[in-house]
Amino acid sequence: MIELNKENFEEEVLKAEGPVLVDYWGPTCEPCKALMPHVHALEEKYGDKVKFCSLDITKARRLAIKQKVMGLPAIIIYKNGEEVERVAESEATATSVEEMVKRHI
Amino acid sequence: MTQIYDVIIIGEGPAGLSAGLYAARSRLKTLILEKEKAGGQIVITDEVANYPGSIENATGPSLIQRMVEQAQGFGAEIKLDTVKEVELEGKIKVVKGEKEEYQAKAVIIATGAKPRKIGCQGEKELTGRGVSYCATCDAAFFEDLEVFVVGGGDSAVEEALYLTKFARKVTIIHRRDQLRAAKSIQEKAFENEKIDFMWNSVVKEIKGDGIVESMVVENVKTGETTEIFADEEDGTFGIFVFVGLVPTTELFEGKLEMENGYIITNENMETNIPGVFAAGDCRKKSLRQVVTAAADGAIAAVQAEKYISEEFNG
Repeated sequence: MIELNKENFEEEVLKAEGPVLVDYWGPTCEPCKALMPHVHALEEKYGDKVKFCSLDITKARRLAIKQKVMGLPAIIIYKNGEEVERVAESEATATSVEEMVKRHI
Repeated sequence: MTQIYDVIIIGEGPAGLSAGLYAARSRLKTLILEKEKAGGQIVITDEVANYPGSIENATGPSLIQRMVEQAQGFGAEIKLDTVKEVELEGKIKVVKGEKEEYQAKAVIIATGAKPRKIGCQGEKELTGRGVSYCATCDAAFFEDLEVFVVGGGDSAVEEALYLTKFARKVTIIHRRDQLRAAKSIQEKAFENEKIDFMWNSVVKEIKGDGIVESMVVENVKTGETTEIFADEEDGTFGIFVFVGLVPTTELFEGKLEMENGYIITNENMETNIPGVFAAGDCRKKSLRQVVTAAADGAIAAVQAEKYISEEFNG
């Protein structure tokens, strides 16, 4: 997983080629922490086709809001600098994230 | 052949973990099934001040972590699997998960409850985009912004207090003219300079293009509606919803006796099917707290043990 921040978000996500998955999380978000190992497992499985990244929103709050993320967990797939799909909050589960990834590879 | 557990507990919140602890301690072969993560609702609670004996500054996650270790310490097995179907009528109960099928002599249902939605227009579309049901998850987004908390019970007022650590201003929107929260929590809220109140009010509609930008609030006494817009500089505000619970009992519809989705039990946590027990928030009861969930779990496990020894060893 590539750790994103204000400096590298544009380069790693918006200017990247191919699908990029961003796991938006925060240190006090328990559902995020529960989901994270499942996302790591998905990276093992699909990492050759999708670039997996994570962003701690407490370190880049304005950036997250600019991406219209104001609730956690939020897992978004970007292609060519544009958001193509997201699952968020209680709908973000190991299964729903995997299904979303499969739709974009 | 599939191995047969003595007890399968569905749900890993305080009720399920307490049941697991008591069952495993009685040397019952115990399996706890959880679909996503340990803890249930309490795990997203910052401060647990009303569980007797909980350590100073106990948080939901720390309390749950201790319960998990305790249950596992006595030998309860915990598996992550989503239960898809149950067959409860037979002497051996069958629990079908996404990954595996399990069998047991008794089943304890501790599936809990999830937050109730307002049910207004725009709520679903803007969830995760300003509408939230989890303050500890999402408070950080609203540093120095304005937030509204919908509801007037313990959760609503406690979460409003938590949000004052982040937000510039917190307004509690409540449909009655007084709070339902415990008096000690109310006092803290009334003393807090950041907290404001909108009484007799309900949210009718939430609007915004990708993030929350405004909402329509109706005064239930006068019928008058007002649209509240985000401060121009902020561009957005938060809406945190704590308007009660919905039991997670869809799996048992038509199988167990229920009332408004809550499973009906007697004081021994027995449902209408022998060998099937319910504990915690998913059960019809008067007080839904960690302490009552834990108590339910203990009773259910002890009764399950009694049931097993009478039905299978007699």
